[in-house]
Amino acid sequence: MLKRVHFPPSLLPYLLVAPQVAITLIFFIWPASQALYQSFLIEDAFGLSTEFVWFENFIALFKDPIYVETFWRTAYFSLAVAGLSMGLALVLAAFADRVVRGATFYRTLLIWPYAIAPVLAGALWVFMFNPTLGIVAYALDAMGIEWNHKLNGSQAMLLVIMAAAWKQVAYNFLFFLAAMQSIPKSVIEAAAIDGAGPLKRFWTIIFPLITPTTFFLLVVNMVYAFFDTFGIIHAVTQGGPANATTILVYKVYNDGFVGLDLGSSAAQSVILMVIVIALTVVQFRFIEKRVEY
Amino acid sequence: MIENRPFLNILTHLVMILGIAMIAFPIWITFVAASHDPIRMTQVPLPLLPGDQFFINMKNTLFGRGLSGTEIAPVWLMMLNSLVMALSIAIGKIVISLLSAFAIVYFRFPFRMGFFWLIFITLMLPVEVRILPTFQVVADLGLLNSYAGLSLPLIASATATFMFRQVFLTIPDEMLESARIDGAGPMRFFWDILIPLSRTNIAALFVILFIYGWNQYLWPLLITTDTSMTTIVMSIKQMLESAEQSPEWNIIMMTALLAMLPPILVVVFMQKLFVKGLTETEK
Repeated sequence: MLKRVHFPPSLLPYLLVAPQVAITLIFFIWPASQALYQSFLIEDAFGLSTEFVWFENFIALFKDPIYVETFWRTAYFSLAVAGLSMGLALVLAAFADRVVRGATFYRTLLIWPYAIAPVLAGALWVFMFNPTLGIVAYALDAMGIEWNHKLNGSQAMLLVIMAAAWKQVAYNFLFFLAAMQSIPKSVIEAAAIDGAGPLKRFWTIIFPLITPTTFFLLVVNMVYAFFDTFGIIHAVTQGGPANATTILVYKVYNDGFVGLDLGSSAAQSVILMVIVIALTVVQFRFIEKRVEY
Repeated sequence: MIENRPFLNILTHLVMILGIAMIAFPIWITFVAASHDPIRMTQVPLPLLPGDQFFINMKNTLFGRGLSGTEIAPVWLMMLNSLVMALSIAIGKIVISLLSAFAIVYFRFPFRMGFFWLIFITLMLPVEVRILPTFQVVADLGLLNSYAGLSLPLIASATATFMFRQVFLTIPDEMLESARIDGAGPMRFFWDILIPLSRTNIAALFVILFIYGWNQYLWPLLITTDTSMTTIVMSIKQMLESAEQSPEWNIIMMTALLAMLPPILVVVFMQKLFVKGLTETEK
């Protein structure tokens, strides 16, 4: 943590940490504590008076079937995004690990969606699936599938899941590939000599050895699906139709900025904070135990 | 390669090409849409092959008045705003993280660990969970519709501080000892030894943070009401909304293409640094 050799005490270290600490206090700690405080208040409809109500906002939230539904929808959404993008990335990485010639070329072409902003990813997908014009919607129509994510809730959900997973494949691919390439070749060669085929080697050696990476990616993907997909949903569906794609982050934004229900929005923020803290703790506990080959 | 399996080799390349086709398809469609004239873009089915209007569309998008019937800033101005925001976030994060990591690793002072944990907490407070109160703070400070308001609240960084801390810890103690024997003070040591030694890490981090900054969406959306301060990533949403009335998809998709171009170029041309930055900040 601290160097054995260090500089003598002075005022300097305080000046050095000052900018970071000032920004943290002003833009992180203070707003977060405000959110915590507001989550215990109820404001009347005109914003004239506020009342301290302890946990009433939270109780109201968990009694609200719409919120509980949003909660489960978010869980479903993030698991679907994580599963889809990690599954695809795993398959691609397993094959990319075999490529001898053209590996860099393939990698370059696979990683660029990482650079695309979520809202742009949403725009691309909503354009392809535009019910009247979109090229994919047209192809689906030719196959007899009627596509309209503006009316059909489950199609809307499918669309945001696909857009969100598409953007995340690049990230997962890079980490899976790095993990697979760090497995000593001798282990795999030994299995090959013992007569294990490629598929058997993958399931009995490669997959178990990359488990730490898989868990790490699961947490990262959950965080991504929980928070970073706001742009996708905002561009593609605005949470609709009929709340079919409203996830927790979108609801905080919607209730706070559009609905101006401050107490409830703050309580929702606090619940999200608890979720991030839990995920971060899980991530750090796990990284400490990271397997070294 | 462990063994020669011709069938599996062919399958490998087939899967890779299929994967790339799947990943690249949306981007290809965007490019194609950006290269046709507006009339072709209203005829079903939409084209799958590029047209010849690419540069005309680019010129009209960059310097034209944008979509008809919308009140948005010219695209070149929005790209400039995005660039200023991305650069200030990336450079700001790197500078303040370098300074605080230096203080935490090389000095013993009261509350050292307290500061460390304070910085650590920021990891757990993404913008999304504290949007309303942060908005209030920025509004009270009069920073709405300004570059400072766009970048300052986002430049505290626990991950960057951790990464530089890791880097500094790997630098041998003899460096500091010899620097001190030669009479170098702390800031001299920082400038002449620490910065040059962590140059590649700074570059790798810069690549990641530039992409992060450029792609910000929710925060600019909240604090910019003045159209001259909007960023290009934000503008796509407004364009999608106006597409309901005037579907000039060639212009919309050209804007999308211009919005994703700088970060894609950064990833493709600085791939080594990008991969290094990505894997190192997660440790």
